[in-house]
Amino acid sequence: MAKKQAMPKSAPGTHVSTKDIVNKKIAYTWWEPEVQYSWSVGPAMSRFLEELKNGKIVGRKCRKCRRVIVPPRMFCEHCYGPTDEWVYLKDTGSVETYSISYLDADARRIKEPILVGVVSIDGASPKHGFMHYFGGMKPEELHIGMKVKAVWKPKEEREGSIRDIIYFEPVKKGGRKK
Amino acid sequence: MNKVCVIGVGHTDFNSMTPDMEWKEFMYEACQKAYVDAGIDPRKDVDSFITCAEDYYEGFGIFDEFVPDQIGATLRPCGTVCGDGIHGLGNAFMQIKTGLMDIVAIEAHSKVSDLLTFGDVVLFAFDPVFERPISGPVERPNFAGSPSYTKKAPKPLIGSSKETERIHPYFLAGLEMQHYLRKTGTTEEQCAKVVVKNKKNAFRNPYADYEARIRVEDVMESEYMFKPVKSLDIAPTVDGAVCIVLASHKKAKELGVDPIYLSGFGYCSETPWLSTRGMDAGYAKVAAKMAYKMAGIKKPRKEIDIVEVDDKFSYKELQHLESLGLARSGEAAELLEEGELDVKGSLPTNTSGGLLGVGNCLEATGLQKSLEIVTQLRGHAGKRQVPDCEVGLAQSWRGIPTGTGAVAIFTREGR
Ligand SMILES: [Zn+2]
Repeated sequence: MAKKQAMPKSAPGTHVSTKDIVNKKIAYTWWEPEVQYSWSVGPAMSRFLEELKNGKIVGRKCRKCRRVIVPPRMFCEHCYGPTDEWVYLKDTGSVETYSISYLDADARRIKEPILVGVVSIDGASPKHGFMHYFGGMKPEELHIGMKVKAVWKPKEEREGSIRDIIYFEPVKKGGRKK
Repeated sequence: MNKVCVIGVGHTDFNSMTPDMEWKEFMYEACQKAYVDAGIDPRKDVDSFITCAEDYYEGFGIFDEFVPDQIGATLRPCGTVCGDGIHGLGNAFMQIKTGLMDIVAIEAHSKVSDLLTFGDVVLFAFDPVFERPISGPVERPNFAGSPSYTKKAPKPLIGSSKETERIHPYFLAGLEMQHYLRKTGTTEEQCAKVVVKNKKNAFRNPYADYEARIRVEDVMESEYMFKPVKSLDIAPTVDGAVCIVLASHKKAKELGVDPIYLSGFGYCSETPWLSTRGMDAGYAKVAAKMAYKMAGIKKPRKEIDIVEVDDKFSYKELQHLESLGLARSGEAAELLEEGELDVKGSLPTNTSGGLLGVGNCLEATGLQKSLEIVTQLRGHAGKRQVPDCEVGLAQSWRGIPTGTGAVAIFTREGR
């Protein structure tokens, strides 16, 4: 049989306010770690980022499982062996999945939603591609399987980053959409 | 009961910087070599994978998630131990002992050259209320509610010219060494001899990075960092990755490999209160006791043929030997001077070059030390081979400011 609790449903008391902390009524300690890193990116990512500067997307092929892997890596995680060759891929692909975000990084509601998703890159094995933004379309147009193309930053502004692609926009038959 | 064997070892070269490789490729190299050494395919044969890593050393939150691909563990049982490599070995040991796993791979690495602010990460491991503020600006007393340093007087990075304005967290080694010298009668010169020996041993270890032909005077004349600790008493950090593959005895026989046995291990942590806890490596004492019992070792000094102990600071080698029961208090320095700790002595210690000669590889320390013991027991140590070694001990300490250590006992014969 359940024992009757002597505790009230909620204990009476006063909430701690920001003021109490600012006025040092509450004892606390504060610390800001200064940690900085500079990661070596290795041969696969170096080449990938370098090629983005040229407006090109490059992958690696594993001859054993015949996958064309993008983003590229020097070893195949399925076969557990080195990958074999570089392959240039198209800067087009199809939407694998997407979401429409109505919140910004600080969880504030925004007027123009951000379109984000995964693009499978043409020329790579199915479901190989990367996460990116979508643009040049209305949110309601975005759908799984949609053909998209990269919109690149002007060459002089590229710095060897995945953001050298601004976003992916829809491909329309007979050329680029305006 | 199920005996546990080492069936494969692999490692990268150890270098102070490795800008040519990403940390994933670095781990892949060590693991692939270990799997080739064991003659197994990780995608089919390894039942469980363990990596030993600390998020702040890596620069990733939840580093565990970034591990599987490069160790062969994608879509396989895989987990990370936040500890030294020997903690990983211990976990693997238990997994095999339960009978649940036949083959377990353990990886640990240091890619510390990617970490620009090593000192700050060490400092971040201090208690935030009581001990971290001690590292704040000396002239500015810290009290609750105030930052230890302000935007106006930001904390300088390691190696910055303003470093003297505040204390570096390695001062703890100064406190401990002072205590050790006083308690045991060991001298700074004797500690310097550890540095000379280990850097000399490193010449015969192809993967070591800090080999050097130096004299005791060189160490003595190197500048005081945290008196009595001098700059050459400190093991410099290094990048390196090691992988060890363990298997049940039955599996090792099936594979037809000539195994080395992991016959015992132990681990222990002291209280984090720096000013209250002991200064005589009690963690090593307790961990060793556990490991000796498991391996059936009654007289460690007589039964153990070779040891690799943690030497992140020169005095640590001597202190650890004493804590492990391999020397009486104050005796380690005598053994060193008598040449007993040399490759040809009666208690060869840190034949790999130790961390002073190989480099401080952080959480990979325990596996680097285990690697050396296994290499020696296999008889594969080349020019630094210790003849007729049957029983070896590897010991690690997680470094400043921890009071955590682990011990592993390897044997040629199953126990
Ligand atoms: Zn493959």
